[in-house]
Amino acid sequence: MAASAANAARSNADDAETVEAGDVLSFTKEQELHAYREMLLIRRFEEKAGQLYGMGLIGGFCHLYIGQEAVVIGMQMAVEPGDQVITGYRDHGHMLACEMDPKGVMAELTGRRGGYSKGKGGSMHMFSVEKQFYGGHGIVGAQVSLGTGLAFANKYKKNGKVSLVYFGDGASNQGQVYESFNMAKLWHLPAVYVIENNKYGMGTSVERASSNTNLSQRGLSFDIPGEQVDGMDVRAVRAAGERAIAHARSGKGPYILEMVTYRYRGHSMSDPAKYRSKDEVQKMRETHDPIEQVRARILKNEQASEDELKAIDKEVRDIVNAAAEFASNDPEPDPSELWTDILR
Amino acid sequence: MPIEVLMPALSPTMEAGKLAKWLKNEGDSVKAGDVIAEIETDKATMEVEAVDEGVLGKILVADGSEDVKVNTPIALILAEGEDASALKGDASRSADASGSKAEEQAKAEAKADAKPAKAESAAANPPAPKALPEPDVPEGTEFVTTTVREALRDAMLEEMKRDERVFLMGEEVAEYQGAYKISQGLLEEFGAERVIDTPITEHGFAGVGVGAALAGLKPIVEFMTFNFAMQAIDQIINSAAKTLYMSGGQMGCSIVFRGPNGAAARVAAQHSQDYAAWYSNVPGLTVIAPYTAADAKGLLKAAIRDENTVIFLENEILYGQSFPVPKLDDYVVPIGKAKVARPGKDVTLVSWSIGMTYALKAAEELAKEGIEAEVIDLRTIRPMDTETIVESVKKTGRLVTVEEGWAQSGVGAEIAARMMEHAFDWLDAPVARVTGKDVPMPYAANLEKLALPSVAEVVEAAKAVCYRD
Repeated sequence: MAASAANAARSNADDAETVEAGDVLSFTKEQELHAYREMLLIRRFEEKAGQLYGMGLIGGFCHLYIGQEAVVIGMQMAVEPGDQVITGYRDHGHMLACEMDPKGVMAELTGRRGGYSKGKGGSMHMFSVEKQFYGGHGIVGAQVSLGTGLAFANKYKKNGKVSLVYFGDGASNQGQVYESFNMAKLWHLPAVYVIENNKYGMGTSVERASSNTNLSQRGLSFDIPGEQVDGMDVRAVRAAGERAIAHARSGKGPYILEMVTYRYRGHSMSDPAKYRSKDEVQKMRETHDPIEQVRARILKNEQASEDELKAIDKEVRDIVNAAAEFASNDPEPDPSELWTDILR
Repeated sequence: MPIEVLMPALSPTMEAGKLAKWLKNEGDSVKAGDVIAEIETDKATMEVEAVDEGVLGKILVADGSEDVKVNTPIALILAEGEDASALKGDASRSADASGSKAEEQAKAEAKADAKPAKAESAAANPPAPKALPEPDVPEGTEFVTTTVREALRDAMLEEMKRDERVFLMGEEVAEYQGAYKISQGLLEEFGAERVIDTPITEHGFAGVGVGAALAGLKPIVEFMTFNFAMQAIDQIINSAAKTLYMSGGQMGCSIVFRGPNGAAARVAAQHSQDYAAWYSNVPGLTVIAPYTAADAKGLLKAAIRDENTVIFLENEILYGQSFPVPKLDDYVVPIGKAKVARPGKDVTLVSWSIGMTYALKAAEELAKEGIEAEVIDLRTIRPMDTETIVESVKKTGRLVTVEEGWAQSGVGAEIAARMMEHAFDWLDAPVARVTGKDVPMPYAANLEKLALPSVAEVVEAAKAVCYRD
């Protein structure tokens, strides 16, 4: 169901080039419902992960994606099958958006053998060769060079694929980001850099960390085009994503999208988020929530009834509950797994 | 007195070169900055400029002379007011242009202050290991004298022909033909899509290489030296070495990071570090450090084929050294196997890479004193071939490790610990370590020499564990 909706969502891709930056494509009913369901799945999944963390079932670092759902869902509505995705440690949403199995993701969070990495990677280190998801990386900014390498491989193989490289406003100040920008443009690599500007790198606001807070312009020295996008509006994200991906796929080289977004929760589960006011968070939730925006449009445009949306809610809840159930009961990895997968 | 023009050293490790061509004739006047000759080093053809003004009075070393030692007088320049008669006093020298051994030695001694570290370095003339035939080299195989440099290039050439996924990237690997000429000819053979010059951006291109490997390519990433790989070590360890484990075996990283490691000559602290111990500490990495050209070729081919992340530590001083390499279509040396480079029964010396030059020379010295040292070339640091060392220690009861790296947490320390665990009952003396001194590498020639291990130290350590004076 998710796949067919995604295909429907991609049907407008051909029109993308005609749309000017800043325009918002209107979604079809199928696209709205697809975006709604997929974003809701991430939201409910992350809420459940937070709950399991509180119960001690998930340990270590756990960075929730709540608030930023429109970014990855909008971008995935713009890709073609085989395009790669790579991101940092706030990665659960990306995995679900790549259609990875919520059970396998949740079981990895709880460190069980049915997890995507057999319980050996955890929240920040998950991969799926099948879904072209390349992690899941715990070192801030490292994925930018790695994702540039994926784009390099695409060019080398001449396979026509594009690499989507996600990183945050915090990572945007790492040196290797610019080393990668330079090579990507120099070699015309098919990479789209998606900067998820959620306003805070851990506890430090963008204003306190970045001399120029317009992160879309970070490619200027390398002649890489960039644009700021309302990352809370899934339609704007998809439209920008299509422009950027078409640019990269055509051989013109990389493109930067700064997604202006917001995370509702702390940096990680142990972050009380005292660096910002409750009002600020509340205001974002009430006026900019990516899921509520879609929900309101669907109802206003009578694309679905309250009951139909409730049915989607229930379906999503069931998926998440089943994932949590699996992740709670699946056994831990066999002790012999300690010694496997070190070398091939 | 006419001014002597000496054969110049045109790189930190150059010890001799070919006088390719004189661009001035006897009787021509020269002034400072004039290009007077072309000299071929093992890396490049370089122009020699005159430093002094005058008339080129006498050419002492003719066009085309090979293997002209650094600091050999190659010409005489007559200063203003001097005429050809001034050359007479130098007749003996000019008659002896090629240089007899005795005179060369005398000169070397006379110039001891200028060039002690290199002239006396154990690496100057690498002793050939008394090569026991490799098990996989058939009887009657022809051996071709090959430099380590050529052997490495041949390995890459063969593997790139064999597998289209293999490509080479790094600084100056393509158009410049390699900073140390290791990649000579590869650009012409494979084109710019597979032999890729990177900007000076180690952290970035290491990450790009790892990303390409995660996507199924097989990159060879050349670092101009492993000293620069410190910029990239996060990508090597956190992204390359750990991903297979972190992905539960789903996604691995088949990549070779290679380049010169350790001290070259007179390049001081930031360019002279040995990283064998650092990388050998990390599970998920394979660490190789060959000594001979045959091993350089066979192990690099194995490294490129390997499905894991391989650190391939070369040595700049060894690049120009020649060894016999078996002439086989596909010579691959297994990773993780040490080699007995010289058999003996009294004491075991374990080393690898350039450390072998000290170990083998020490073994020769020891033999003169009736001590038969068995020399083991470890070849692969990780996984370490403990068994071969243990088998030797069972025979000799004594062990000395030799490395240019630092002692603390060094490879020798690891070997000593393994012998405690696996060969304690066979040891007749504590394991001794000969290592680089516990200091940053100094620049001054005498201090640099002191900072590195020496043959004498290895001999001394071997005697000590044999309880001989």
